[in-house]
Amino acid sequence: MAYPSDDVSVEVRTVALLGNPNVGKTTLFNLLTGLRQKVGNYPGVTVERKVGRLVGDVPLDIVDLPGTYSLSPKSLDERIAYDVLMGRIEGDAAPDVVVCVVDASNLERNLYLVSQVIDLGLPLIVALNMTDAAKEAGLEIDIARLSKRLGAPVVPMVASRNEGVGRLKYLLRQTSLPQPPKRQWTLMSAVEEPLQSLMDTLGEEVPALPAYQRFIECLHCLTNDTMLTYWAERSPAFYEAVQGLRRSLSEQKTPYQQAEVIGRYGWISPLVNEVVTRKQDPSTRSVSDRIDAVLTHRIAGPILFGVLLLLIFQSVFTWATPAMDLIEAGVVGLGDLTRAVVRPSWVADLMVDGIIAGVGNVVIFLPQILLLFFFLGLMEDTGYMARSAFIMDRLMSKVGLSGGSVVPLLSSFACAIPGIMAARTLANPRDRLITIMVAPLMSCSARLPVYTLFIAAFLPTGTVLGIFTFQGLAMFSMYLLGTAMAFVAAFVLKRIVFKGSSSFFAMELPPYRMPRLRQVAWRMVDRSKAFVVRAGKIIFGLSIVLWILARYPTSDPDLTLMAQRVAAEAAYQTTVTEVAGTLDLPASAVAAYPPLVAARTAYAHGEAPADVEPDVWVAARLLYDAEATLTEDLHRLDAAEAGYQIEHSFIGRLGHLLEPVMRPLGFDWKISAGIVSAFAAREVIISALATIYSVGDVDEDSPLLRDKLKADRYPNGDPVYTPLVAVSLLVFFVLALQCMSTLAIARRETNSWRWPAVMWLYMTGLAYLFSLVIYQGGQALGWG
Amino acid sequence: MTLNDLNVGERASIVRWDTNAPPVRLLEMGVLPGTIIEMVRIAPLGDPIAIKIRGYQLSVRKTEAALLVVEPC
Repeated sequence: MAYPSDDVSVEVRTVALLGNPNVGKTTLFNLLTGLRQKVGNYPGVTVERKVGRLVGDVPLDIVDLPGTYSLSPKSLDERIAYDVLMGRIEGDAAPDVVVCVVDASNLERNLYLVSQVIDLGLPLIVALNMTDAAKEAGLEIDIARLSKRLGAPVVPMVASRNEGVGRLKYLLRQTSLPQPPKRQWTLMSAVEEPLQSLMDTLGEEVPALPAYQRFIECLHCLTNDTMLTYWAERSPAFYEAVQGLRRSLSEQKTPYQQAEVIGRYGWISPLVNEVVTRKQDPSTRSVSDRIDAVLTHRIAGPILFGVLLLLIFQSVFTWATPAMDLIEAGVVGLGDLTRAVVRPSWVADLMVDGIIAGVGNVVIFLPQILLLFFFLGLMEDTGYMARSAFIMDRLMSKVGLSGGSVVPLLSSFACAIPGIMAARTLANPRDRLITIMVAPLMSCSARLPVYTLFIAAFLPTGTVLGIFTFQGLAMFSMYLLGTAMAFVAAFVLKRIVFKGSSSFFAMELPPYRMPRLRQVAWRMVDRSKAFVVRAGKIIFGLSIVLWILARYPTSDPDLTLMAQRVAAEAAYQTTVTEVAGTLDLPASAVAAYPPLVAARTAYAHGEAPADVEPDVWVAARLLYDAEATLTEDLHRLDAAEAGYQIEHSFIGRLGHLLEPVMRPLGFDWKISAGIVSAFAAREVIISALATIYSVGDVDEDSPLLRDKLKADRYPNGDPVYTPLVAVSLLVFFVLALQCMSTLAIARRETNSWRWPAVMWLYMTGLAYLFSLVIYQGGQALGWG
Repeated sequence: MTLNDLNVGERASIVRWDTNAPPVRLLEMGVLPGTIIEMVRIAPLGDPIAIKIRGYQLSVRKTEAALLVVEPC
């Protein structure tokens, strides 16, 4: 499968990259493949499949396998890596050669994985990375000896500096690949001997399985239940044989579960001792240790962590805002341009209000996402991320999460989208799923305009304890509510939905290192791109749907409004006729009459012209005022017309339809329609309400909108909005999932629609429940 | 004594896992009988703890540490 041939079609050689987390595997992958990468998912699972191409005389397909400490399939990542190497993935044959990336300063643990790869009987090249760190730690490695003892070529390198990678490429391109090394570690004899007969059984039962894979398969089935059940149906004889061996070994009290680990390290430890010389006293404190003494100090540690987080969020808010404003201006500008150029007008409307607004909704998140991923990347690259999990683990374990959930959840205060994406760092899939499910409860920045509008409009001003404003406290309570519910939800999910073995949490604390800005920047761009492309598609589709729902069915214009429009025009024409009369002109000539034009321009600028007849001056002012009145009336009528249209559109009707369900929460049809529109994005409720109340294009700080809301009455005279209604609405927004971007990202990260659906249901349910209790309870207590 | 009883800076050798089902992940990361470890620090909130083992630092929760029988050396 690997040789260039004489004819045109050259077969591509497949290289699998394997290694522990944090050893620079991805750095090497990027170096080898540049931008020629394709990212997808393995069939049916949420594990990412990354393949890149190294062009040349011998084209190489490089598969970046998930970082893992072992191939013993416990977690999904390990399972996939194992299946890929065994050639068991549908559509992917086994790789031609495996490059095992190893951390030179950490050889023993890294060689565990190497020993497992050797067992698979594939050609192997060991990439000994981070030799610079090893040197700094005072370690000297005899490469030649290591290579001899392993039975495979060892290529020393510093991938982050692109040193040594050339030799790897050279080896990968050779006509003949290295001979697969032989297994050298031994199992304790109590296990080794019976295992041989198991292998014979497997050979007989499953002749299709390559001989060199029998050992590892038998070993795994002996120690791992998941692996064993694979054979329960496919080869009952083998299944029974394994069960039998387990029983007899247990009776003899042989620790067969640990046999593999003991055997492997039994070979690795002496090997490493032979090959590595330590030139430094191991008890001297490294720079890393000294930094840790401060950063994980009992008191300074959490404080510094808190300060860092505050800094990050402050930066994200201050630095992202100008960029977001720029994007918004761009979107508006593009919209205006489209309206001016595209005909017919309904197509322009679809493009502007549907597509451009929808895409704009995605792109507006980019500055926040980029910045957050930048800081997250810095934390990961320096090694601080592990420390933050270390510090916070105790707190998080109380609700069934682990320290690794801290940063994703806190990122969700800015925006749940990068928060959910950051949950990838969680090794335990259950932890990761729970984190994703509760992240949207952390009050994101999109809720802020909604909080602002309703708190400012309906909650009393005034101070509490002289320092805090009532309104400020209200804002804080909203954030507190969201956070508290997130922890409760995590607790419930852990106990009820994801019952099972507790996720134990063993994590490597890598040595600190200087961040490599190029890597950080690359990852930042890569992740943001993923968001825009994947989530963007879904959001795009949904935006168009919502646009249709808001615009159709079109109704005939409201007759009252039409009449008012006619009246306004008529009033203007009357003025024109009057003016024409005083100046002795035909009405049609009034507009172009030069002295009038000049006088009106002067009046518009607030000047009194020098040489104008009093008649003309009076006429000019009359005309100008009349025009102003007409324009104002027309604007008002346009807004009212838009409000009328919305009321009779699908969304308006949906609002009316939902009203009986929403009334117990204190919401009328307009609020209900607003909530439905807000499904696109929370801030949309502001513009939806503005349209419904015919206020025109305003934002949450507009006194116009506030006044309209305050003045709104039911037919019986009761106010639509009371402080209680406002609180009920606020709480609804704290808890409800109103963001299709979040659903889209959750879909991508969990690889199914099931979890986003559950997320939407439970959050909407919570929102409804809380609003109901607050409103009804408040009414019962006489507060509303 | 167990890993939990070690003081910061103390070195010990692992005697055995006091359980029928030691956490496989920890085994694979080299936490085996006979391995020398050093207690590095306790997290600010009291859990987990960090130990030096086989040339790297590992964070272990106290519930797991309680299962590891060690002998100071």
